[in-house]
Amino acid sequence: MLAELDKIHKGALAAAAQVIDQAGLEEWRSQYLGKNAVLTQSLKQLGGLSAEERPQAGQKINQVKQALEAAFEERKAALQADKLQQALDTERLDVTLPGRAMPLGRLHPITQTLRRINAIFAEMGFQVYRSRDVETDEYNFLLLNFPPNHPAREMQDSFYVEGGSADNPLLMRTHTSAGQIHAMREFSAESPENPPPVRIVLPGMCYRYEQVSARSEVQFTQVEGLAVGEDITFGDLKGTLTDFARRFFNADVRTRFRASHFPFTEPSAEMDVECFVCGGKGCSVCKHSGWLEILGSGMVHPNVLRNGGYDPERYSGFAFGMGPERLTMLRYRIEDIRYFWRNDLRFLEQF
Amino acid sequence: MKVPISWLKDFVDLEGVAIEDLAHTLTMAGLEVEEIRYLGLPIPSGQQLAKLSGLAWDREKIVVGEIREVGPHPDADRLVLCRLFDGEKEHSVLTGAPNLFEYKGQGELKPPLKVAYAKEGAELYDGHQAGLNKMILKRTKIRGVESYSMVCSEKELGISEEHEGILFLNAEAVAGTPLADVLGDAVFDIAITPNIARDANIYGVAREVSALLQRPLKPMPIEVQTDGPKIEGAARIEISEPELNPRFVLGLIREIQIQPSPEWVRRRLTLAGMRPINNIVDATNYAMLELGEPLHAFDYDVLVQRAGGQPPVISTRRAKSGEMITTLDGVQRKLDDFTVLVCDTAGSLSLGGVMGGLESEVTENTRTVLLEGAAWNFINIRKTLNAQRLSSEAGYRFSRGVHPAMAPRGVQRGLELMRQWAGGQVAADLVDEFPLPPQSSVVQISPQDARRWLGVELSTGQLSDILQRLGFEVKTQGETLTVTSPDHRLDIGEGVIGKADLMEEVARIYGYDNIPATRLGDDLPPQRANRSLEIEERIRDLLVRQGLQEVATYRLTSPEQEARRLPAGTPPDDKPYTRLSNPISQERTVLRKSLLASVLEIVERNANIRERLAFFEIGPVFRASESGPLPDELPRLVLALRGPRQPAHWQSGDGDTQDFYDIKGAVSTLLNSLGLRELQFEPAAHPAFHPGKCARVLADDQPLGVFGELHPQVQTEYDLGGDPVQAAALNLDTIYDLVPERFDSQSVPAYPPVLEDLALVVDESLPAGQVEALIRQTGGKLLTGLALFDVFRGEQIGVGKKSLAYQLTYQNAERTLTDEDVAKLRQRIIRRLEQELGAQLRA
Repeated sequence: MLAELDKIHKGALAAAAQVIDQAGLEEWRSQYLGKNAVLTQSLKQLGGLSAEERPQAGQKINQVKQALEAAFEERKAALQADKLQQALDTERLDVTLPGRAMPLGRLHPITQTLRRINAIFAEMGFQVYRSRDVETDEYNFLLLNFPPNHPAREMQDSFYVEGGSADNPLLMRTHTSAGQIHAMREFSAESPENPPPVRIVLPGMCYRYEQVSARSEVQFTQVEGLAVGEDITFGDLKGTLTDFARRFFNADVRTRFRASHFPFTEPSAEMDVECFVCGGKGCSVCKHSGWLEILGSGMVHPNVLRNGGYDPERYSGFAFGMGPERLTMLRYRIEDIRYFWRNDLRFLEQF
Repeated sequence: MKVPISWLKDFVDLEGVAIEDLAHTLTMAGLEVEEIRYLGLPIPSGQQLAKLSGLAWDREKIVVGEIREVGPHPDADRLVLCRLFDGEKEHSVLTGAPNLFEYKGQGELKPPLKVAYAKEGAELYDGHQAGLNKMILKRTKIRGVESYSMVCSEKELGISEEHEGILFLNAEAVAGTPLADVLGDAVFDIAITPNIARDANIYGVAREVSALLQRPLKPMPIEVQTDGPKIEGAARIEISEPELNPRFVLGLIREIQIQPSPEWVRRRLTLAGMRPINNIVDATNYAMLELGEPLHAFDYDVLVQRAGGQPPVISTRRAKSGEMITTLDGVQRKLDDFTVLVCDTAGSLSLGGVMGGLESEVTENTRTVLLEGAAWNFINIRKTLNAQRLSSEAGYRFSRGVHPAMAPRGVQRGLELMRQWAGGQVAADLVDEFPLPPQSSVVQISPQDARRWLGVELSTGQLSDILQRLGFEVKTQGETLTVTSPDHRLDIGEGVIGKADLMEEVARIYGYDNIPATRLGDDLPPQRANRSLEIEERIRDLLVRQGLQEVATYRLTSPEQEARRLPAGTPPDDKPYTRLSNPISQERTVLRKSLLASVLEIVERNANIRERLAFFEIGPVFRASESGPLPDELPRLVLALRGPRQPAHWQSGDGDTQDFYDIKGAVSTLLNSLGLRELQFEPAAHPAFHPGKCARVLADDQPLGVFGELHPQVQTEYDLGGDPVQAAALNLDTIYDLVPERFDSQSVPAYPPVLEDLALVVDESLPAGQVEALIRQTGGKLLTGLALFDVFRGEQIGVGKKSLAYQLTYQNAERTLTDEDVAKLRQRIIRRLEQELGAQLRA
């Protein structure tokens, strides 16, 4: 019987090796380990054996049974591994097909630029101050040291708005400088004898009476800045704006200040930065000058300080103004200013 | 203003100063050189300080030539052959220049004619083409005669547009000398800002150059040789408005000959941008360009005639409103009562300080010239220019302010130039009425001012030196400088303003580059909260996270464009538009009242560019205000969605189209995220929206705005494509008021929740909101979650019914809920739903 068992063991193992799939393996199990299997039947024959033979044979049967069960598990694992390998071998994607885009929202490029500007100045202690789009002549011009019929008014063609009076017409603000007076008056009113220092940036939409072209728009954003205190100099103006340029453009950018004229500042300066496209060598972006005109600035005119409630004998300050569209256009080499308010997705999606 | 360098050199030595360095120095000091036009001198390559134009004359190929004889062309009457010496040898040069014909056949010319001679290969402008086109001179045959060189016109050299004849040079020019050494020049085009109006003349620029380069300035050229009898008795002046006309000066020159000005004068005027006319007119223009005082020349004999043979009385007065005059440009002008007229006893002669009249103009028959130089109130001149829509060289200068001291100087300079160019005798003395001399401004400054304004340490000596270089008179006493402004400028104010004015001058001349850059050391201001901006920026971030693209649109529009947002026939609202009084186009005549209209225009623009559109904009709308003339500027938020929920992809997914519930979801997600947790929604009627697909959202019973599907008629009014647009219009001002400063957080539950589904059949007409409200109310604190997961309609549940399936989450913060707890609550909820809303539990 022992020999018989060995034979069964060998035959079963050989058969297991031939099994190629799960179904075949189940068949094998019922054949060798099932109710009608020779091995199961041989247990029933134990009773017919002698007392000496019986434990020996019983032990042997158990051994073979365990071995066959182990062989089953082993074969099952091998078949699963084969199947997985087969699947891995056949499941192939074209990884070059495009991915599925997530619906991504974006900020308008001008909002992005405004945020950058505001953030840089915020770190230097400048807070955002906002004021209205429709202004009076008084706030937009007169209090900013543009007397009536002053030649400087010619530099700013305005859209006038119905409803004002002859001596104080309404207009779409031509610059956010109008907010300078609102801010200074608001702050100085808190403590007229001892007005607090001012450090603000004034972002906002401005308007000029101009034919729309690739270079000019009827509506444009502007960021003005104003710092007023008891110890503020032209040197501080240069330092602050140079720091800004280094943050906005790059850490090594060179700046230069050219004398200029704005009615509400004196002395006035234009700040140029070294062209970041050509590194100052001269290219089409900087019109071969090596420099890009970035912003206008100057020491706040005594009349403006006084109109804001700040005594110009005691207080001084500087102001500056820049155009986020121009900065954005330079940064991304955008060729047409009209793109900004057209809002074509093929433009907006680039930012 | 155009400034020829050669003219500048009359007043300041520029030996050793490169043209480009000079341009840079001027630009940095506020006299921005916008363009450098080269006339023959080499044009630098590489980095450019300004726009560069013009032509460099090759030193070998363009030289002084000497025409020794002009002979006929063998078979062309309109051409001549010149025998020309170029310093080395003689050439035969072919030309058609008409101004050589008079020399034809005269044999050897004594003296020879000095001309600009260009050899083969020279670069010139093409004289036969309109505009400036460069060309290379090539060897060719003209009418059988070989030609390899030419004598040049001014146009070919880039000096002027003149191409009628060739350019003649001074007799002293030596043949063979490079032409660039004889005529080479450069012209700066300088932008004159209002604060440097005093520099709108050659001498003014020379003064700046002298101060900047620290080179001496030659005296102002105002000497005049007076050979004639005194002017006394020849004319009288009466000024009735000294405020408007503080000074009036007349000079007289007799026995002049009207003829063209000398060649060099004509060239100089041309370079400076003025057309030469005749020696008298040219003298007035030349003096004006040089010193900045506009002059006016009258034909004296005409004036005497008009005065009935008497010496003329020149008076200045305000025009009567509606009075007419015909100015030199041939325009008949109706005047305002502020316009100042120059008159004689017979009537008006000219618009004071702006433009002469036709009648008393200098003509070719003029023999005696009465020359006017005056001072005018610059604001009044500006008003006049604006009212008359007129511009003139005189008006340009007088409207920016010319010091009265310049009036006699200008007249003297003009008379002397007339004497030199037109002969005649200048009458001794001037008639000078000066009823209102200006106060010279006197300002006291000290080094402390430079420290305070500029942040730079300058000694009294340095300050004094800088200001004196600009012509200021400075007296120093201790630390105090008493500075008197010179009599060519009107721009220095009094007191602290005068100090600022002087600090500008100090900074400009000291050099902005030399002022050290420092960091702000002043006190920081008190920090202030900016709530509306903070919330606005949060909204932007939230919407971007929801996948919306921000847009920014025009705030100026037209009522017609905005009307498109409402179906045709919608009655207009009663709020009037805020209108522009000077619109630039029909498309932008008013301030917008609707942000929705602005955003729909952007949807329209992109309708065919992308399938999926999701936009938002934050911006003001403008409404007439009840409290004053300024309109209210109300912050608004508009959202617009259209097309598929997901961006297009090659593997088409569910392709669901954004509908009402997408816009509702976008609005709720936004408002919830801002801390507005308790929102109410109710059906709303708004003409822009589909009447059945429009809702109002409220928080704390305050309406925040409306949203819904666009009205089909509006959808077609704009070209928005097939899928209906879903939009929302929200009032940010109300939202700013309601957004809580803070909120209490909820602890994370420690005990397990019990989840349960509840499917109900209700009448189709019952709003789901009511079902939900009742469940929530009944569930109380234990019901922590309620989510609708299915809405079903079908035969199984009967016509006119719908099934709503909810998942309920029960949770107790203190302990684990038992089945009995949940069963009790569930029974209560079902009972109320059945009794109060007629709902049936779905089997």
